[in-house]
Amino acid sequence: MTEADMKTPIPNEALDLPALFPGILSADTRPGYSGWIVEKDNLLEFATALRDELGYDYLSSVTGVDYLPEGKMEIVYHVYKTTGGPGLVFKVQAPRQDPVEVPSLISIYPGAELQEREAWDLLGIKFTGHPDLRRILMWEGFAGHPLRKDWKEAYFEEEGKPLKSRWPEGKIVQAEDKNPFGDNIAYPDGFDPDKGKYEPEKALYAALRESQQDETGLPSDRIIVNMGPQHPSTHGVFRVAVMLDGETIVSLKPVMGYLHRNHEKIGERNTFLMNMPYTDRLDYLSSMSNNFGYALAVEKLMQIAVPERAEYIRVMMAELTRIANHCMAIGALFNDLGFFFTPLLYLLEERELILDIFEAVAGSRMMCNYFRFGGVARDLPEGVLEKIKGLCFERLPRRIDEIDRFLTENEIFRARGIGQGVLTAEDAIRYSAAGPLLRASGIPYDVRRAEPYSIYERFEFDVAVRYHGDIYDRYLVRLDEMRQSIRIVQQAVKGLPEGPIQTGKPQYQVRVPPGEAYGRVEGPKGELGFYVISTGKPNPWRYHVRAPSFINLTAFGPMCVGQKVADVVAVLGSIDIVLGETDR
Amino acid sequence: MYGKGILKGLGVSARHFIETYLDDIRWLGRKRYGSPEGIAHRASKKGRGIFTVQYPEEKVPVPEEFRFVPFLVYESNSNGDKSYRCTSCGICAKVCPPQCIWIVRNSDPATGRPIPDPAEFYIDADICMNCGLCAEYCPFDAIKMDHNYELASYGRVIFDKEKLGKPVAYYESIRPANAAKENAARAAKEAARAARAD
Ligand code: SF4
Ligand code: SF4
Repeated sequence: MTEADMKTPIPNEALDLPALFPGILSADTRPGYSGWIVEKDNLLEFATALRDELGYDYLSSVTGVDYLPEGKMEIVYHVYKTTGGPGLVFKVQAPRQDPVEVPSLISIYPGAELQEREAWDLLGIKFTGHPDLRRILMWEGFAGHPLRKDWKEAYFEEEGKPLKSRWPEGKIVQAEDKNPFGDNIAYPDGFDPDKGKYEPEKALYAALRESQQDETGLPSDRIIVNMGPQHPSTHGVFRVAVMLDGETIVSLKPVMGYLHRNHEKIGERNTFLMNMPYTDRLDYLSSMSNNFGYALAVEKLMQIAVPERAEYIRVMMAELTRIANHCMAIGALFNDLGFFFTPLLYLLEERELILDIFEAVAGSRMMCNYFRFGGVARDLPEGVLEKIKGLCFERLPRRIDEIDRFLTENEIFRARGIGQGVLTAEDAIRYSAAGPLLRASGIPYDVRRAEPYSIYERFEFDVAVRYHGDIYDRYLVRLDEMRQSIRIVQQAVKGLPEGPIQTGKPQYQVRVPPGEAYGRVEGPKGELGFYVISTGKPNPWRYHVRAPSFINLTAFGPMCVGQKVADVVAVLGSIDIVLGETDR
Repeated sequence: MYGKGILKGLGVSARHFIETYLDDIRWLGRKRYGSPEGIAHRASKKGRGIFTVQYPEEKVPVPEEFRFVPFLVYESNSNGDKSYRCTSCGICAKVCPPQCIWIVRNSDPATGRPIPDPAEFYIDADICMNCGLCAEYCPFDAIKMDHNYELASYGRVIFDKEKLGKPVAYYESIRPANAAKENAARAAKEAARAARAD
């Protein structure tokens, strides 16, 4: 596919879905909603046809919604064509009983694996046919499914913020006084960590054994190695359980959730505006893009436009974030490969200069909290534009060329990168890989081009793409993307108009009409989506994050099988995850 | 030739290494370390060589918008009493995402009616996420974000009204542009009100 094809997304020919699938689907007619409701029993049939006949080959997001008052659970699927164009939303409804059962889509879209596990863990939706439906973010001894609307956390006060205890009679109470230690833990029935044998790892190891492929059938010695949760190169508290045959990886399972704080539950307690600073803490290396995605989703719900100047500022910030993130990603990859700190520190210098800009504009280097619904928080302070110009027209292009000279031809890196951790194009699509991971496998899919948001259709830039799908190509794609981002910022600086930076008056309590919206941006790590449902109240009813770091890990196991154990670290480094987003 | 890439890379490293000395030589006679110009140079697009800033001997100057745990702005009366700008309207407590602001509204002992002045005002600085929303949405310019980030302590950090209070002059010194803008807006409002009263 050429760049020209990518620029004009293939029009989504008006599909008459009900005629194609009579009797098994109906339009979602609730006010503010869109998409289709599919009969549960026909889900597999429908999804197969969708993928094979209609070309919706990419399952972007799977999540559940608990409609407690209506007594039902809904599973929401977002699918796309990797050739571009808008997506398709379909939903399956099930009565809210225990357990809620829905067929798993893993046989059609393997990318659903981790997402379905998450929906099971947090919402208690059982996906029948899922081979490894274990908890993923919570631990085995956790009671209940925390995203259900009738589940209450230990420090529960009220359904939604603002809490009444803070004003006007705000006598301060500290959480630790309110809850003496030990009182806030509940276990499932029949579970006692002190009594009997508690073997949380049993299911994990069984799953590892399950997914190994042994053609010979001969008994051989396999060992299980746990890397992490505190292995220095796991980029945080992340654990990888691998089964080895000698040094070769037979199967691999990522284990995560150590940094889990149920971001989505917090988000549903928060008001719409309060969520903005919380999104910073998802992928804390690129908070501006997180703000962007969330702002887009809520703006869709509110149906407000963003002034020109704010759009330009948003694009500039998002692209600078991408550069900063890729500095970190490339640096960390080399750190993992054993080059130690030199490449990382060279790149951190550039990142520091970008963070200086964020600090001057937003007030904080990493937790930017800069976007508001309908604009940005404040205009560019004096001198910042000069700084951005200095960076993007003078310093960064030269520095990136230097990094290119420094690393690209390095023989050690080539030996460890070329042909290692390969993800083929078909697999990248099947496993719902996104961002640089997908583009390094030869799929030129970039949300900025496939379904342009904000003002991206005005800018000249190329979608970076490489074709081997290995560690080396992922590095090259990131390098290319940094160059393209610089191009975008250069154009944005030149085109920046004068004018207001926010629609309407700044409001702390925004009115959001009922409905659903899905806002997605091309984050530095891949497609970042926010699925928000409003019921017209100050707090969102549902707030879901399609986290690229999390979903990209679906392909981690398949990428590593057959590699040597030392490559696990390199492959993980080339995926570029941030645990704040993975664990949410 | 095998190894060419490594050599090329080593060349880049060597250049960086030499730069660290070259830049010191270029700055001979001027202070590259421990002086504001030196720090500014290292944080500019021309920064080469040694890039790091030796905290706490050197500190990077923070930009005006920099935000850390908020403080309450007060004005001093003629007799030296503090008069807080805060009217205990509660907007900051309502907008605060982690809900770490606690306000007790004052009421008139005689009539029991609320008066616009907080009796107590607490911020749990351990919970505060430095988001700046309180300062952004306070309609009375009464709560502002601080620049002082050196708050490390051995215990819980809970600020009461006394600790939170800082004079207007301090606010104007750390955020001159914002303060000027706000003062102008307030003056315009006053003028408009006076004009209407006439
Ligand atoms: S600080 Fe501002 S927002 Fe908060 S109660 Fe006082 S006047 Fe209201
Ligand atoms: S800065 Fe944010 S978290 Fe801190 S007190 Fe203000 S609103 Fe609350």
